[in-house]
Amino acid sequence: MDDLLVDFLTETNESLAELDVALVKLERAPDDQETLSLIFRLVHTIKGTCGFLGLPRLERVAHAGENVLGRVRDGKLAASSDIVSAVLASLDRIKLILAGLAETGTEPAGDDAALIAALDDAAAGRLTATPAAMPPDGVAASVPADDVTAPDPVMSDPVMSDPVMPEPVISEPAMPVAALPTPVAALTPATSPPGPMAEAPREGGEAVVAGQTIRVGVDVLEHLMTLVSELVLTRNQLLQLARTQENGAFAVPLQRLSHITSDLQEGVMKTRMQPIGNAWNKLPRLVRDLAHDLGKKIDLVMIGADTELDRQVLELIKDPLTHMVRNSADHGLERPEVRRAAGKPETGHITLNAFHEGGHIIIEIADDGRGLDLARIRAKAQAQGLASEAELAAMSESQVQRFIFHAGFSTAASVTAVSGRGVGMDVVKTNIERIGGTIDLKSVPGQGSTFTIKIPLTLAIVSALIVEAGGERFAIPQISVVELVRAGGEGRADGDQPVIERINATPVLRLRDRLLPLVNLRDLLALGRGEETAGELYIVVAQVGSSLLGIIVDRVFDTEEIVVKPVAPILRHITMFSGNTILGDGSVIMILDPNGIARATGSGSDQRKPIAETTEDVTSAASTAMLLFRAGEAAPKAVPLGLVARLEDIPRERIEVSSGKMVTQYRGRLMPLVAFDGVRGEGESQAVLVFSDGEHSMGLMVDEIVDVVDEVLRIELGTEAPGLLGTAVIAGHATDVINTDYWLRAAQQDWFRGSGKDASANAPHVLIVEDSDFFRQLLVPSLAAAGYRVTAAASAAQALKLREAGTKIDAIISDIVMPDMDGLAFARQIRDGGAWASLPMIALSGRVEPADIEAGREAGFTDYVAKFQREALLISLRQCLGQTVEQ
Amino acid sequence: MSATLMEKPREGETTRDTDASGEQVFVTLMLADQLCGIPVLMVRDVLSAQNITRIPLAPTEIAGSLNLRGRIVTAIDLRRRLGLPQAEGEAARMAVVTEQSGELYAFLVDQVSEVLSLPGRDFERNPPTLPPVWANHSRGIYRLSGRLMVVLDVARILALAPVQ
Repeated sequence: MDDLLVDFLTETNESLAELDVALVKLERAPDDQETLSLIFRLVHTIKGTCGFLGLPRLERVAHAGENVLGRVRDGKLAASSDIVSAVLASLDRIKLILAGLAETGTEPAGDDAALIAALDDAAAGRLTATPAAMPPDGVAASVPADDVTAPDPVMSDPVMSDPVMPEPVISEPAMPVAALPTPVAALTPATSPPGPMAEAPREGGEAVVAGQTIRVGVDVLEHLMTLVSELVLTRNQLLQLARTQENGAFAVPLQRLSHITSDLQEGVMKTRMQPIGNAWNKLPRLVRDLAHDLGKKIDLVMIGADTELDRQVLELIKDPLTHMVRNSADHGLERPEVRRAAGKPETGHITLNAFHEGGHIIIEIADDGRGLDLARIRAKAQAQGLASEAELAAMSESQVQRFIFHAGFSTAASVTAVSGRGVGMDVVKTNIERIGGTIDLKSVPGQGSTFTIKIPLTLAIVSALIVEAGGERFAIPQISVVELVRAGGEGRADGDQPVIERINATPVLRLRDRLLPLVNLRDLLALGRGEETAGELYIVVAQVGSSLLGIIVDRVFDTEEIVVKPVAPILRHITMFSGNTILGDGSVIMILDPNGIARATGSGSDQRKPIAETTEDVTSAASTAMLLFRAGEAAPKAVPLGLVARLEDIPRERIEVSSGKMVTQYRGRLMPLVAFDGVRGEGESQAVLVFSDGEHSMGLMVDEIVDVVDEVLRIELGTEAPGLLGTAVIAGHATDVINTDYWLRAAQQDWFRGSGKDASANAPHVLIVEDSDFFRQLLVPSLAAAGYRVTAAASAAQALKLREAGTKIDAIISDIVMPDMDGLAFARQIRDGGAWASLPMIALSGRVEPADIEAGREAGFTDYVAKFQREALLISLRQCLGQTVEQ
Repeated sequence: MSATLMEKPREGETTRDTDASGEQVFVTLMLADQLCGIPVLMVRDVLSAQNITRIPLAPTEIAGSLNLRGRIVTAIDLRRRLGLPQAEGEAARMAVVTEQSGELYAFLVDQVSEVLSLPGRDFERNPPTLPPVWANHSRGIYRLSGRLMVVLDVARILALAPVQ
């Protein structure tokens, strides 16, 4: 039978049960509007669904019943006992038809004209006979033989048409007890005359349907799952004990217990399984609307919609999937005329394909559109400072393609209502990684792109590899483990065992002609040296995005099924752990998150986030990546890394002097160079920090680039020295933080008019809300430089005062972390109403975790930009000013 | 394995936090020779020495996590939390388990002693001269015969990391 029909039968039987009760109640209290509207709604729903499913006979009966009820609801008829009987009769007929439907899958043939006429009479207020007393003509023709005799006696039995009788309520199939035909049969004779029971065959038919599905609350299933998880743990514990003990008596029952537990686990998991089609059912409509809006012809093909996966996982991938399909439609597929010109059919295809593969579910989203524009991605990556030209040149195509997963990255030349804001794919990727999945993409120019998502079937129980480092054990989810390599200790080449080598203290491993970056878990987790192992180490090769990372551990144990439990809230800031669990021996261990490790070590090719804060500093604000360099005699200097476009070593002979100024040819252009005070410019090559603003670049000559460190910047202002903002303690030394704007001006008088824009009266007016003097000092000049009029406020309260004063502005840039009123509260207040309610608002924060971005969005921010991402801020500002807030 | 010394009183049993005469019931514990108390209704369990798994990179106050009948409990070293010197030697330490928003936390203490029912008139607010680390984590003081008992503020003690 059709799934839809089964659902309909289950639902309608439930509704009918409710209706019977409600109608009886209505008869006792005819003025109860609430009951009346409930009844009307239920009948209406049944009628509507019938029409949708193409069940004309049911629909006609329900429609007639609804008519009567409609009159009662409108107060044209009183809900007398006769009226209620009429409606109940129509319900009985509906039940009868449903029974036939449940058995044969089609509506039994029959004529309901008499019943409908009686109902219509009732609706018109001409109540003549009790309609239920009329036998349904022609039912006999369709219902199996034993039913033929059954309905008739009862239908003509006046007792049955008495609606006050509780009997129909008791026998309602929605109740599990009643679903068993025997007790019903035992119950009914007590309340109705003996003889062949009309209900019996009907019950039988409904029992089939009711027995197929029962609605159970999700929380019941969740609780069951938790219990089973605990049972699995206890089972594992017992097995562990049995392994060490030589008591044969327990072995056999334990084995049985183990099997049953596994079966139970599987069974409970199955109850949580839903077809992935449930996550897809909105897509056809979405694609249709998109095709319409975008003027494209799109065909959506869905394969494997019945592939099942855990409902929790399903919920979590729903939004990413929708987003990706939308992306494919908007960016991936071309317009019909373009497709025709390219020799492709006008109609573009988006194919969704889901299937199981080894404990995982694979979802492919493929389009046959233009494919990713590699040249544009390269250019964009370079412009955003994600990689240098040289780095890009060395990257494989797939590495370049993965830049689209980077926050703030969009290759769409323009922002459409649909997409192109550059905050999509990174969120998709983060969401998928959060549930332990991976995402990959393949794209062939002109032929389309295919995204492949691999996710675990369930989140609750995963298979994990247990490893040891520094005396502690950890679990690594099996999904991210590619292979295990045994390596000899450092510098000892014994035989053909691979050896860990070091490049300037960074360990690497030659693995099949590739260099595998390594991290030592001991060092990473600050576990201390512990006792040295005998030179032999294990390397867990983990898949992180498209790149591999080797995690050095001391020992490797076996794999175990573990139940993932979230870590306590006070430990959530440690990104290296995705959860914790209890092992078979009862001990608690932490579950490592390879993605978190990659982020922490900076080895993720498409994630360049600052190193996670260390133990001592959990309470402080987010840290900032600072570039340390030496220039002149005094203290070391620092500049936020985000402001620096590139670091270069320029050969001395390429530095020329033109009209008294130092310049060098850089990327086919002349770039002015300025020496930092006290930089003498000796040696064969010159270290230069390159600052860039669109077309213009300038080089700041320094003595030596020292390091990049992550520091929480607390700056002491008040320096008199030109070119410096002040002094901060960085890496344990007092360090001068340079004022980049001063040097930019020094390099090029027209730097700040570079784009030819004047901060004239009609330039967009931007309000900056930022409590830190340092950031204000950085932001105001750079925005002024880009041609904006800038007003700065040191607190949200100050900004709100400006609003009250009627200050006209075009956009707001606000810090998130501020004393008193934070950025989120500020945004909510702005959005709440007033003159600025629809202005674009850009959040500026050191924290750009997806959750923060989401929180920002919810509070009303239009966009979310990381602090010091000057270029990103300017792009965002340009985009935001091109549009006001959609809402 | 753990020995559960005392179960949380079930609802409907006679033990109550406060009875009509303003009496409060506390689980008392020793911490660097100072008597402290936690309201009995906040205590779920009292545990003897446990196997505690260290959590790398965690704040130093967090001693690790332990397994309490299949639930993972985060252990907090109360001496470290209150800035007290570490106990000499490896004395077997006990733990008091409390619950906050569905999560279990175990406070590691030197010794858990009796359960006391104390009248409200013996309660006093923190003396202003109390060092901040105690004042911040204490709700007040009970005058017992011959000694003083500090009432620990569980919520404040657990607010040790920025929960954002």
